[in-house]
Amino acid sequence: MSEVLLQATNLSARVEDKEILHNVDITIGKGETHVLMGPNGAGKSTLGNVLMGSPKYELTEGKILFKGEDMTQEGADKRAKAGMFLSFQEPLEVPGLTMESFIRTAMEQKSGKRMKLMEFRKQLKEALDILQMDEEYAKRSLNTGFSGGEKKKAEILQLMMMRPDLAILDETDSGLDVDAVRLVAKGIEKFQKERGGSLLIITHSTRILDSLDVDQTHIMVDGRMVAAGDGSLVAEINQGGYEKYLA
Amino acid sequence: MREKSQVDDIDRSIYDIKNENLDEYSVGEGLTPEIVRKISEEKNDPEWMRDFRLKSLEVYHSISVPDWGPSIDGLDMDHIVTYIRPNTKMSAKWSDVPDDIKDTFERLGIPQAERESLAGVGAQFDSELVYHNVKEEVAAQGVIYSDLESAMYGPYADMIREHFMKLIPPQDHKFAALHGAVWSGGSFVYVPPGVKVEIPLQSYFRLNAPGAGQFEHTLIIVDEGADLHFIEGCSAPKYNVANLHAGAVELFVGKNAKLRYSTIENWSKNMYNLNTKRAIVEEGGTMEWVSGSFGSHVSYLYPMTILQGNDSHMEFTGITFAGKGQNLDTGAKVVHTGARTSSYINTKSISKDGGISTFRSSVVIGKNAKKSKNAVSCQSLMLDSISRSDTIPAMDIRTKDADVGHEAKIGKVSDDAVFYLMSRGISEEDARAMIVSGFADNVSKELPLEYAVEMNNLIRLEMKGSIG
Repeated sequence: MSEVLLQATNLSARVEDKEILHNVDITIGKGETHVLMGPNGAGKSTLGNVLMGSPKYELTEGKILFKGEDMTQEGADKRAKAGMFLSFQEPLEVPGLTMESFIRTAMEQKSGKRMKLMEFRKQLKEALDILQMDEEYAKRSLNTGFSGGEKKKAEILQLMMMRPDLAILDETDSGLDVDAVRLVAKGIEKFQKERGGSLLIITHSTRILDSLDVDQTHIMVDGRMVAAGDGSLVAEINQGGYEKYLA
Repeated sequence: MREKSQVDDIDRSIYDIKNENLDEYSVGEGLTPEIVRKISEEKNDPEWMRDFRLKSLEVYHSISVPDWGPSIDGLDMDHIVTYIRPNTKMSAKWSDVPDDIKDTFERLGIPQAERESLAGVGAQFDSELVYHNVKEEVAAQGVIYSDLESAMYGPYADMIREHFMKLIPPQDHKFAALHGAVWSGGSFVYVPPGVKVEIPLQSYFRLNAPGAGQFEHTLIIVDEGADLHFIEGCSAPKYNVANLHAGAVELFVGKNAKLRYSTIENWSKNMYNLNTKRAIVEEGGTMEWVSGSFGSHVSYLYPMTILQGNDSHMEFTGITFAGKGQNLDTGAKVVHTGARTSSYINTKSISKDGGISTFRSSVVIGKNAKKSKNAVSCQSLMLDSISRSDTIPAMDIRTKDADVGHEAKIGKVSDDAVFYLMSRGISEEDARAMIVSGFADNVSKELPLEYAVEMNNLIRLEMKGSIG
């Protein structure tokens, strides 16, 4: 196994009185691509959100190490600055905040350096082109009035611009048509291959995985990790479903 | 633990600059005919103006304070020094302005604004104009931009007498009457027919002495087919004594003329801001208001437009930000009397830390205002559960073929949106400020760049320490 990037151990989390995650472990190495699968309501999104530090969930147990640093009590902003990224299943709309100024501010906050406008525009245009998004999107308010597909593309746009070390993709492919999945996969592939970034892909389908080499597959049922394997496990699940893992 | 900051009050040091008390003369604390006569004498009023002041004083004593809005019990009119004159005469050159006054203005950025080719600056220190300059190119177009006092003796004397407090008569309400009695300082602008003023005219008002009220009067007449953008900016230093502002703004928009009146008011948080603004628009004319209300302890502010001429038009874009200890009652009024007139009111309000923001609109469409249109949209954002936001729309429609619409939305900053922005490396405080600035964006877009920057800075300043 390559150098460890993320090590989460024994995570238990709840929302209000309901415990959703039970003693979950996951370790992701540098440059690795992991897939997280499981039936609806298994707690996959919760894990993604807990790793990113969502205040909605209370972590009752466990520890999150990122690049060897303890992130367990840190806010999402600190985690992002350290190199984590979450592509939201339902990205939020922020009227009046343009995509362009948001992405630029985020990049500047992360690096602590001011970014030259020309250089930023150039990078942005390249990323927009890969996703076949019109430049007009950058001028629009963040996700405001975007279709579901546009929102997902905008998430990948941010991923490509922010260049984190670890990207957690929460059902980025759901609700996308075939062409959009292909474009989004292209952006992810670029992140994986050129950036050497690590991925935790939460998904129901395999379409998004076609062009990616999967290192590990995790199966989650009822808030527990029930199985793990290599990329071939994805195909297995596709054939047989989760039945054999259900209690 | 996550780092959280708690600041009781915002840092207003850049706005709360106090000078040593420069005033060589003030008229005592009560309000009597003797005082009004004294003011009139000091100001060298023409006779008609002196009589007008005394009549206004009678009206003032005959009506009571409004009882329908936020409480103004904290105001004690008997202890408000109504008129204070700074120790400097009108000055046409910046170099003649005394250093300490200049220092205050410089810290408020006025010389920069001047350098950045704004057309003219009339800055008011206490109640007297101390610095006044109209760029030659504007004057060469025949545009008059001066203080009201001296204009009463010039070639525009009759014009002023004809228009002064005709839109806002002293009988209108107690503070209009007070204004009529003690008004002091302010601007007079006249734009002749067909003249389009390319760059905005700007005026910066400022209150300085403890307990001083400010009663500046702005009179703007935009003649047929002319075009003007006027910017009024206000900022006052903070004192513990209750302060009162009761200015009046009267705007006359001629046939096919256009006037845009932009304001950012940023009063210190002990100020009672009881300002009255009114415009009347003739046939085919357009009136545009852009209004940002920050600061003050209590505000009553509802710029009103009378669409008298057929096919005249009004747009109002406003934002109000009420923080701790503030009760801001703002909105807009429009009266349609001409046919095919149209008005559009679009406001946003933000309340935080127990601040109260009330939006009040009044739309009147008279029986002759056939085929007139009106749309009111107001959106409120509450930043916590102890703040309050209300909407009080009133409509009086007297013709059947009017097209009237009203839309109100009240919302909160969602924790999910804050988390979303934070997940990109933005701090919680910045995330909230970005959401609020975004909410205010359609207002800042209407402002000239340097004012938009100032407004965003104000929002940022107000948002400091909002995380608890």
